[in-house]
Amino acid sequence: MMLTTTGRVLAQLRGDHRTVALILALPCLLLGLIAWMFEGTPVLDQFGPLLVGIFPLVVMFLVTSVATLRERQSGTLERLMTTPVRKGDLVGGYALAFGVLALLQAFVVVGFAVLIGMDVAGPLWLVILVALLNAVLGSCLGLAASALARTEFQAVQTMPAVIFPQLIVCGLLMPRDQMPQVLEWISRAFPLTYAVDAMQQLAAGGGWSDVAGAIGVTVAFIAAAIALGVVTLRRRTP
Amino acid sequence: MEKNRSPAVRARGLGVERGGHRVIDGLDVDVPAGRVVGLLGPSGSGKTTLLRAVVGVQDHVSGELTVLGEPAGSTVLRRRVGYVTQAASVYTDLTVAQNLRYFARLAGLPPSATGAGVARAVATVDLGGHEHQTVGTLSGGERSRVSLAAALVGDPELLVLDEPTVGLDPVLRRDLWTTFRALAAEGRTLLVSSHVMDEATQCDRLLLLRDGDLVADTTPDELLVTTGAPDAERAFLALIDRTTQESR
Repeated sequence: MMLTTTGRVLAQLRGDHRTVALILALPCLLLGLIAWMFEGTPVLDQFGPLLVGIFPLVVMFLVTSVATLRERQSGTLERLMTTPVRKGDLVGGYALAFGVLALLQAFVVVGFAVLIGMDVAGPLWLVILVALLNAVLGSCLGLAASALARTEFQAVQTMPAVIFPQLIVCGLLMPRDQMPQVLEWISRAFPLTYAVDAMQQLAAGGGWSDVAGAIGVTVAFIAAAIALGVVTLRRRTP
Repeated sequence: MEKNRSPAVRARGLGVERGGHRVIDGLDVDVPAGRVVGLLGPSGSGKTTLLRAVVGVQDHVSGELTVLGEPAGSTVLRRRVGYVTQAASVYTDLTVAQNLRYFARLAGLPPSATGAGVARAVATVDLGGHEHQTVGTLSGGERSRVSLAAALVGDPELLVLDEPTVGLDPVLRRDLWTTFRALAAEGRTLLVSSHVMDEATQCDRLLLLRDGDLVADTTPDELLVTTGAPDAERAFLALIDRTTQESR
């Protein structure tokens, strides 16, 4: 049942070449701009992994929340709710489909970053894993957030509402130990903090044992976001 | 024969609240099984709300509503009831076959039976040759037939169709009604809403709804005889006028 929905969503994505191209090319383009701007400095090595973790989160969040909203507005979700499909299968099917896209994106973006000279001290496969988990987290948060949005305008606005606060306190702008104490506490409640922390460790040469905790927390957030997506999906609507 | 079949849908004291006001308040109605039953009424009379309650996606429903012997919205009914929403609710970026295969799998058809099920649904709605066309490139009439096929592919006992002929030309409408008759002849029950009154003559039974109340539960012939009107549209208007005067 779940794979049925995954197959359907992937078939829709396959038909939409432009979206897939944007999802794969846009993070590379932005990363390339940063590499160009800071050419000859170690900025790409230090911040490259962070950006590789953050871009997928933002892109997949937007793509998923719009896709789910489209499903609501076209009436297909209402029809789905009259079929035997279980809500968990539907949300899981979506998450898995976007996970496949996220995997592709993680490989392309990390591959591109290495190609333009990003030198990660830690193991590269862990960078890809964290980028993948972040992309999956982004799509799961997008699924959950789309339940709150009734219009396209609201759906697009949930991105700054959900993602920007995380970006501000995640340690990208300022090391977390230099933040006001309360902000540091708040940062611990956000999933992006752990992904950025893991990427920072990897950039500094950390290995599996240094990032296992952060990866575990990210996985827990993914599970929670999927659960939230299932709970907020209603079979009966007013 | 239909006398000993229990009704496909039975409502007693049905109430539905939408946006803080009662759209349907204390409705008693039976939809006989194995028939084409027309649910007619002006826009805003509660047709869609009633249909949504029958298929179990309407919130804030009170009273008794039984569908095929089970409480409306129960899990077992999801395999037995097909629902076609007013707008064609299929994926416009997928082909006809991709859409139908998806809904067939959701309806519980095993992979081995999916191909045959899809072919049967395509034949029923007369879309042969369009299987591999993207739904977005089809005409409006073809799209609504894909939407109907997506409900048929699960082989439901009860089909709930919300304004399936709206916006279609007379030829397509006639063809669709022929399809509905054929589906009922197979023993299915069809509950079809419409605000085109001349379609009423195609139904076995008519339910006329106005402001969430049942104005008449009749047959096409009876409707014309009791009102003395020459056609269904004027008969309906006569009934509406009569009930408006009575309520004053």
